[in-house]
Amino acid sequence: MTVPNHNDSFPILSVLIFSPLAAAVVTAAIRSENLLRWWTLLATTAIALFSLPLYGRFDCTTADFQFVEHASWIPALKINYSLGVDGISLLLVLLTTLIMPLCVLCSWRYIQTRAKEFMICLLIMETAMIGVFCALDFILFFVFWEAMLIPMALLIGIWGGPRRIYASLKFFIYTMSGSVLLLVAIIALHLKVGSFSIPDMMGRGFAPEFQCWIFLAFFISFAIKVPMFPFHTWLPAAHVEAPTAGSVLLASILLKMGTYGFLRFSLPITPHATHVFMPYILCLSVVAILYGGLTALAQNDLKKLVAYSSVSHMGFATLGIFALNMAGVEGAILQMINHGVTTGALFIIVGIIYERLHTRDLGEAAGLGKYMPVFAMFVGVFSLSSLAFPGTNSFIGEFLVLCGGFAVSKTMVVCAVPGVVIAAAYMLRMLQKVAWGGANNPDQSHLTDLNVREILTLTPLLVFVFWIGLQPQPFTRVMHASVQRLLEQVK
Amino acid sequence: MAFLPELILLAGALALFVICLGESRAGQARLAALATALATTVACAFCLGQEAVLFDGAYRVDLFSQALKLVLACGFTLVALLSGQLTDILDEIKPEYFLLLTISVSGLLMLVSCVDIITLVVALELSSFPLYLLVPMRREREGQRVQMESAIKYIMFGVAANGIMFFGMSYLYGLTGTTSLPQMMVKLQPVIHSPLAITGLAMTFCGLYYKLAVFPFHFWTPDVYQGASNETAGLIASLPKVGAVAVLVRFVSLASPDNQTIANLLACLAAASMFYGNLIALVQKDLKRLLGFSGIAHAGYALIGFVTLDGTGYAAALYYIVGYLFMVLACFVVICKVSRDGVNVSMEELAGLHRRSPLLALTLLVGIFALAGIPPFVGFMGKLTLLSAALAKGYLALVIIAVVNAAIAIYYYLCVVREACFRDAGDQPPIRLDWPTRALCVLLITGILALGIVPGRVINTLSASIPCVSQPLPQTPPPLTAALKQNP
Repeated sequence: MTVPNHNDSFPILSVLIFSPLAAAVVTAAIRSENLLRWWTLLATTAIALFSLPLYGRFDCTTADFQFVEHASWIPALKINYSLGVDGISLLLVLLTTLIMPLCVLCSWRYIQTRAKEFMICLLIMETAMIGVFCALDFILFFVFWEAMLIPMALLIGIWGGPRRIYASLKFFIYTMSGSVLLLVAIIALHLKVGSFSIPDMMGRGFAPEFQCWIFLAFFISFAIKVPMFPFHTWLPAAHVEAPTAGSVLLASILLKMGTYGFLRFSLPITPHATHVFMPYILCLSVVAILYGGLTALAQNDLKKLVAYSSVSHMGFATLGIFALNMAGVEGAILQMINHGVTTGALFIIVGIIYERLHTRDLGEAAGLGKYMPVFAMFVGVFSLSSLAFPGTNSFIGEFLVLCGGFAVSKTMVVCAVPGVVIAAAYMLRMLQKVAWGGANNPDQSHLTDLNVREILTLTPLLVFVFWIGLQPQPFTRVMHASVQRLLEQVK
Repeated sequence: MAFLPELILLAGALALFVICLGESRAGQARLAALATALATTVACAFCLGQEAVLFDGAYRVDLFSQALKLVLACGFTLVALLSGQLTDILDEIKPEYFLLLTISVSGLLMLVSCVDIITLVVALELSSFPLYLLVPMRREREGQRVQMESAIKYIMFGVAANGIMFFGMSYLYGLTGTTSLPQMMVKLQPVIHSPLAITGLAMTFCGLYYKLAVFPFHFWTPDVYQGASNETAGLIASLPKVGAVAVLVRFVSLASPDNQTIANLLACLAAASMFYGNLIALVQKDLKRLLGFSGIAHAGYALIGFVTLDGTGYAAALYYIVGYLFMVLACFVVICKVSRDGVNVSMEELAGLHRRSPLLALTLLVGIFALAGIPPFVGFMGKLTLLSAALAKGYLALVIIAVVNAAIAIYYYLCVVREACFRDAGDQPPIRLDWPTRALCVLLITGILALGIVPGRVINTLSASIPCVSQPLPQTPPPLTAALKQNP
């Protein structure tokens, strides 16, 4: 399965993974804060541009892993260094490289203390995140998966809000406790298969009972990361306290790792157990959609509002994945990308408000539209995108997910549809307050509209909102063959 | 030539003895100790592949002993670097500190080569007695003599555990009529399942449980860590554990390949140590006590390797304890430097460390996350090898207990990180580091990272060295045993 179909030997994935690390080493030597920011921006932008050939040279007709690299890492333990991407992970890698320069841009002014350490943490995060999506060896995957916790916990704990220590510890402990059983499952699979190679583990037809245990171990770990309904409590705390760039990374990339885990591991490695647990997970997804939406409706803190809306949106993603059909899974992957784009943008917007007003309270941040028209335009577009307005990206994703869900269980979809309406309610409420407010708005006349840097931060995301919304073909095209293979493995 | 490391170490000890005779010359003693350590390390690296036998097979140089000697010599260098200022030790006895340190390490170096119970006991005591003296070597504060209490505890527990160990050894000798371990291994096989053999083995392990701080023999750990000076605690927490694991490999090999009773016993002790250490560490305020309890838990992790009763497990345990040496020393270097005037460091005193000394904060971060078992550090790879070995033998419950413990432990490790990185101290002065400390920090960080990312060679060497343990003696029975037989 791991036959490379590209003959050129240039290790593009390794370069992508380790160039942020190299950039971090250089960053450590830079003294001037200004130079530091420019250098990090340059490095992340260069990496983003460098990742584009990945899309250009990707062969959409095959479900095999591409750009494969393979080398022996620790022969004594049969651990290999193997990388590769397929239609499922390609878009996530590109999303990661796209988001990173924006994270640097949105922390330009926000991070004033210890900017060097901040940038180093961001760059190490990028290495770990790209590594997670590219790893084809389970231990390599786990190393990146866990290593990511350290810079993320530091981002929240050092540069976060007033309750940052609590949020950072909660995030770390939650994620770490989830993944300890993942490690046991990995070792158990290794003992059955004889290697840690992920493709080797797929479609092996393990004993049903064994599959169920493995599935559960996977599930706890990934469900915490997504986060699915009963495991979501770390998310609002982490999102609210994290600095803007931390929230953006959490929402855009880290949450995707949970759903990516389901797609990459749970479904193909334990297909039988997937069918066994499918109804329960669909239920949890619907609960997450409704619960996240209703909770978001009641929030006055903008970041909390966006955080709970994440729970709801990721509910759509898991609903689509466990619908186990073409429309559902493709919709889910698209929804993952959409959520990365839209929610990332919303967090940047909240960050912009916070930088100007030093509050995230919906009452205090009311009526900005009059003095910040450009900003109001961005808020409008991203809110509409978040509530899945036709013509924006989320519409395509949620529509496909609901189509897929409909084929499996009409009841589930009927239950989930109110989630879309609730999304409209909380997003329009936010938009209305922020842009127009009421009769007694606080005096906002001292505010200045977005500067060039902030417009530059939001514009790429705006482009993707409409690009995916109006022309999703380039995005669904690459995932088609891989999803087809995945569904065959799950059958 | 094969005995070069021991000879260098003994020569160094002699030189230190001469230095001790004169006026207090702490600086010279320190340099001598450091030079001895470096020379020993070079000699160990040089002698890695050699083989030799001494005292009619009672003392054997093979890959197993040489690999561990290299580890111990590296550890000795690190400890010698760590024992820089010795702020909490009176000036006039500083040279003695280095003398005792060197003697203790030479005992450990001999310990890993001993394949006869008699020489083994001598070497074990040679490594222990200097430690008993090092613990009370600390200045008195406010009339408190906590170091004396610790020293008494350390000796009493040590003597008791050794007594049990000797009693167990007498059973083994009674069953086999030999003190040579390779012969004992052969002669014990037919009777290995007899209650006497199992009792003998189980009691023999006790002396090593004490060194390693495994559950029922752990009581001294937190108190000695707290009572001894920071540098001494760092020494006690690191090097003797490597020696203990090495000897435990020799003794547990006697029960290989299948002795379910011994395996179950080890599994129970491993589980008890992990739970006890981790749960009590959760509420610690003193950093050294915290590391003491975490050390008990880590002894439990290391025991998981022995439960498997096969070479993979032993190699994993050795690899883990080698990693632990680096991890725990990384924490202790921070304690030694943060400590004001050598007093114990509480968690709150770490506050603002990231501002006071970024290098120390980084060292602590790496050490703590490595202890917590987060990749890419050695703690993770060590746990992975241990858990793989145990799961391969079907100890699912033990493996799950171990990972649950890893999850429990993360809390108190994060608390240390919280204090050091997330909190700000008011106006604490920055900590200035001298060059040996900087070098030590860099060495430890590199070691922890390298052992975690490219452990291939270390694991291969350790795995290849395990068969040496059960290698039979090439010669006739040593006369030492014969002499004992004539004169029971």
